[in-house]
Amino acid sequence: MKKLKIGDLEKIRDKVRRTAVLRQGKSRAKITVHMGTCGIAAGAREILSSLMQDIQKRKLNDVIVTTSGCAGLCSREPMATVEITGKPPVKYVDLTSEKMKKILEQHVIKGNIINEYALAIGSERTH
Amino acid sequence: MAEALLHKTKHMEDLSLHILDIVENSITAGATDIEIEIIEDIQKNLLTIRIKDNGKGMDEDTRKKALDPFYTTKNTRRVGLGLSMLAQAAEEAAGTFTIESALGKGTLITARFAYDHIDRKPIGNMAETIATCLVSTGAEVNLRYYHRKDGNEFVFDTKDIKRELDDVAINTPDIIAVLKGYIEEGLQKINKRSNK
Repeated sequence: MKKLKIGDLEKIRDKVRRTAVLRQGKSRAKITVHMGTCGIAAGAREILSSLMQDIQKRKLNDVIVTTSGCAGLCSREPMATVEITGKPPVKYVDLTSEKMKKILEQHVIKGNIINEYALAIGSERTH
Repeated sequence: MAEALLHKTKHMEDLSLHILDIVENSITAGATDIEIEIIEDIQKNLLTIRIKDNGKGMDEDTRKKALDPFYTTKNTRRVGLGLSMLAQAAEEAAGTFTIESALGKGTLITARFAYDHIDRKPIGNMAETIATCLVSTGAEVNLRYYHRKDGNEFVFDTKDIKRELDDVAINTPDIIAVLKGYIEEGLQKINKRSNK
């Protein structure tokens, strides 16, 4: 992949601005990757990084990515919470970049929860 | 659970992961200005990492306790490890670790390492750490990253970038990708120059 330069920032800014106008602030989903000490030690940074790349490649302009602290289930890290707008949040545990990719494809894009990776539904805060 | 956690801490493989962890602390502490400084002084055989924030800070009691691996302010987890793990990484590499903090003003973390020490962890992937910080901080926080290796410097300041971006959020995936590439390139340049 050709590396982008800081000089490309203006071009990309204008492109982002156009798509931002199109979506008018309506987001389809929010993905929260848990980035506490336990999450970082278990590989959360890599998962976030590949997730951001996948979202960029698929041009998912209506998906918001954020991070949160430790959720108290350190032994099940890395974890992420997926909230489809208007639906209860789903917490996924013991993640890898591959699992996260599947979650993006199946849950975020197609709307099918992957029960096999999920911990609990509807019990999560994403502050 | 503590056992599983301690097992997983073995995977905090490099210093860039520790730095990410400390910055996440700063964000939780409500910081709006965060500065990361890495200085590789090979002549003096010294690696210095500083993380400074204007978050809520700690009182003297909390500051003293912060190095205890079993102390945490979080109520979701009984074991706090972040700061003590970085302190341990510094100690293992014949270094030092200090926390300066004032309630309501902010915190300055300084970790020093003997550069060529066999147990000194590698710096790791700082581009990925900064990109992750940008996702975590969102638009409200200013982040400055200064890296010097011998006489060669690299500076990354979100204040300058936000000016360019105008109303477009810095944590947009397209923007993050550009910035990550920019940091990778900048760090490669200072590494090449100092290896000459």
